[in-house]
Order: sequence, then C-alpha cells, then structure tokens
Amino acid sequence: MISVKQLTKKYARNLAVDHISFEVQKGQIVGFLGPNGAGKTTTMRMLTCFMPPTSGGATVAGFDVLEQPLEVKKRIGYLPESPPLYPEMETGEYLTFVGRLKGLSGAELKKRVDYVCDRCAVEDVRNKLLGRLSKGYRQRVGLAQAIIHNPDVLVLDEPTAGLDPKQINETRDLIKGLAGDHTIILSTHILPEVEQTCEQVVIISKGKLVATDSVTNLQNRARGAESLLVEVGSRDGAVDSAVVVTRLQQIPGVSRAQLKTTHGDRNVFEVESQKGFVRGELARAVVQAGWDLNELRPAAVSLEEIFLQLTGAEAAGKGAA
Amino acid sequence: MRNIWIIWRKELRSYFVSPIAYLLLTMFALIFGFFFWNALGYFVMMGMESQMRGQPMPMNLNEEVIRPLLSNASVIGLFFIPMITMRLFAEEKRSGTIELLVTSPVRDIEIILGKWLAALTMYGCMLLFTALNFAFLFKYGNPDWKPLAIGYLGLLLQAGGLLAIGTFISTLTKNQIIAGAATFGVCLLLWILEWVSGYETAAWAQVLAYMSVITHFESFGKGVLDMKDAIYYLTVIFLGLFFTARSMESLRWRS
Repeated sequence: MISVKQLTKKYARNLAVDHISFEVQKGQIVGFLGPNGAGKTTTMRMLTCFMPPTSGGATVAGFDVLEQPLEVKKRIGYLPESPPLYPEMETGEYLTFVGRLKGLSGAELKKRVDYVCDRCAVEDVRNKLLGRLSKGYRQRVGLAQAIIHNPDVLVLDEPTAGLDPKQINETRDLIKGLAGDHTIILSTHILPEVEQTCEQVVIISKGKLVATDSVTNLQNRARGAESLLVEVGSRDGAVDSAVVVTRLQQIPGVSRAQLKTTHGDRNVFEVESQKGFVRGELARAVVQAGWDLNELRPAAVSLEEIFLQLTGAEAAGKGAA
Repeated sequence: MRNIWIIWRKELRSYFVSPIAYLLLTMFALIFGFFFWNALGYFVMMGMESQMRGQPMPMNLNEEVIRPLLSNASVIGLFFIPMITMRLFAEEKRSGTIELLVTSPVRDIEIILGKWLAALTMYGCMLLFTALNFAFLFKYGNPDWKPLAIGYLGLLLQAGGLLAIGTFISTLTKNQIIAGAATFGVCLLLWILEWVSGYETAAWAQVLAYMSVITHFESFGKGVLDMKDAIYYLTVIFLGLFFTARSMESLRWRS
C-alpha cells in the first residue's frame, strides 16, 4: 500500500530524513516511532505530498508522490500535528467543506458527513463553532476530516498528543477500529502507544531508519538473550556477591551474571542466558548453595528498552524529556 | 473549476462571519458617502453661482461629479485592499490549515484563484455601496451611464491588480499584521510613484510613472476604455498571481 524508497529530505544545512526505505502492507497499523526531531513529521509530509522529497521517492496506493500528487492526495487522509480547523466554522459545516474539497458531493457527501460524525463521536458538537471545542473534540474532528473521503491510507501525526488519559484511550480505540478499512501510519514518541495500537513499527532516529519490524518480532529479538533478575539472600547475614556471581556463571546456559543492586543484605543479580529455560537450574543452584532465593523474575523487555538500545541513550533521553 | 468555487465560497463566508466584512463595508460606504456629499454640494453651489451671474455655463454630472468621485474611490481602495488580503494565506499558515488545503486533491492555482476571486468579490460588495450613491444621480439627474460603467470596470481591474499583490504578500508571512502593513506600503508606493512625472521627464521618471496604478486609472475615470491601461492592470493581476503560485511552491520546498 505504501512503499518508501531511499526517501531523503535536506533542509538548508541539515539532513532531516536520510535515505529511509520501508513498506507498509494493506490494512496494517504502523507506528512511526522516534524521538522529537527525528524526522517523523517531515517523512509524513512527504508522503502526503505537502512537500516534495529532495531525493528518493515513495508510492502510495500505487501512485508516485512526485509524479501523480493529485491521485495520491485523493487516496490519503492526513491529520497534521495540530488539527487543521477553521475556528469560525461549525463542525458539520467544516466537514462538509473538507468533503467537497476531497471531491465528494450531493447525497454521498451528506452520508459521509453523517457517518464520520457518528464514527468519531462528534455528533453532539455538530453545530458548535470549532474555535470553542475542547482539545479532545478538536482531535476527533481532525480525525473525522481525515477519513471523510474514505481514503485507503491514513496518516496521523501524533494523534494523541496533548490529550488527557481518557481521551487518549478513546482516540486509540477509534484508530484501532479504523484499521480494517484503512492502512494507517501514526507517528508518536510515546512507546506504549505503539505497543498497544500498532502491529508494525518503524523506528527512526536523527533522520535515519533504525529498525522496521512487527512489534512482537522486535520484542522477541531483544529478548533473544533472556535476562532474569534473581534476588539472593541469606539467613545468617550478608552473602558474598562475588561468590554468588561465580556460582551463577557456572550454570550451563548462563552467559553473564552480575550484581545489579544491593539493598542492605538483599542482593539482586541480573542473569543473562541464551535462549532456553534456565530458571529451574538457577533456582536449584541458589538453594543448593545454602542461600535464600527471594525472587526470580524475567526482566521485562519493553519497547522502551529496544528503543533505547536502538536509538542510543542520548536520543532517547531527548525523547523522554 | 469546482474547486475554485469551493475555495471561493469558503473564503467569502469567512469574510462575512467575522466583523471584517461589515467593518470594511461600513467604513467604505461612510467615506465614499462623505465624498459624494461634498462633490454634490460643490456641484450645486457652482450651479447656483453660474445662474446668479446670469450666464449659465454648461454643467455636466459625469464630468463634475462622477469622474472625481471615481478617482476618489480608486484612492480609498488603496487603503482598504490590505485589509481584504492580509489574512488570505497568512492566517492559514499560522493556524496550520494550509496543510489541509495543500494535501487535498486541489491544484495550487485553484486555491489561489479561489482566494483572489473571493477578495475581488469582497471589494465588489464594497463598490455596490457606492452604486447606491450614484443611483440618486440617475433619479434626479441625467448622467450618461456608459462612462460610469467603464469607471467601475477600471476600479475592479485596479483592485484586481492590487489584490493579487496583496495575496502574494500574504503568502510570505504567518503574521496578518505584517502582511497587511507590507501590502499597504506597496499600494501606497504604487500610488505615489506617479508624482515624479510632475517635475521630471527623463526616461526613468516615465518608467516610474508608468508603473503607478493611479496613472492608468485616469482613462477609465474619464469613461474611456483604453486597451493600454487595461493591459497594464491585467499584467499586474497576472504577475501577482504568478508570484503567489511561485511562493506557494517554494513554501513547500522550504517548510
């Protein structure tokens, strides 16, 4: 549905997007992930024909963004970072205007306006001025205008930015509900959002593509070396952590063991193992050595860690801020 | 065509849902009405004087009322045009709605023409109020309507040119005030350029005078349709819209 090849955008001096390539299949929700200023918006703007790429190209629904921008625009619905609303228009009137702009007319236009009002739950503000709407409603009207012409592809730039937690959940559900009919690209710098809504993830950092894969694959890949947290204690005072580490490293399958934290006489060790199940061995070894096994749990690998691994600490630090 | 109409309607609507349209209409009608009242007062006084002298001079409404009024209207227009065009693109850029327009299946030129025609229509509405004044002349006098019609055509052509310039300037900034002030400056400059011809006859002065929008209105004011002047205005309109299109394109490459 979307195919991006060596897409590059150069501003006066800096390279905003640097030879990015990826593919999106029909009906998928793809999370476009990266710290602020990574080039997400720029990439989206090139896909929606808002600006032309410096080099490289992209096709949307089989049409080239440079060669046939009008055809691409007909098939794309775009919600920019701040919803493009005219404050002096009423919701219904605005959606009618956008519908006309996208080529709808007559009974079909009316039907689509009714449909998107219902779908995006903006029916009750239909006769209100857009300038008076709350942030949550503004975002939903923004989504409504993006889907008014039933586009094949939806491009959503940070659709949940600035919403409260309840509104975020509502918006995510709405987006998930739209996935069947539309191919969706959504950008975000919020990681759980990708884990919750997306099937596929494209991670970029400083304009470069860092990873593109399905969310589950990416999690598995990072988990390839499973990491466990083991808390070891002793009834008779402190344990010598060096001894424990040596013992743990002797267990077959363990590739690395180290002391992670110490709270008084409680020592937490991080044990990395090759793929395979070493928890039983671990537990047995600790108990047989005469220590207490207080806790044994997998260190959860979230996208956050993958993100940190992939984009490097500096970029992720910026993203978290 | 359909897209131009959609944009035109939206723009015109946004003039009339905000106070700006009513403010412009009221101020224009008020100022023009004042000029009309003055011109008529002067005309009546002249008539009485010539009768008192016992040797009535031929008096002509077209020459003595309509013509000066039309050139007044063309000058007042200069002051109002920035207020019509300043928001056209600046506001869309500021609020981000430009992204909606540009990513819709609409050509740039359709957006530009829709906006420019809406601005011209707004100006046309203002001119309608002046027609109200002239209607009195037709009720109580017997002026010739043809020079008046040509005068209106001239006003529209002149406004078309200045509005095109204003539209172009509006694409350059996100700030309405800056767009308005810059447009006003350019309009004023295009008006006063003509003054050099008062004391200088060198080639450069003639070129400057030729560039002045006011010089080219003279023939229309007299009720003469001079192709030279019409072509000047059409050129200004074309150049203004052409630069607007270029500016919109560069907006994409840069932004």
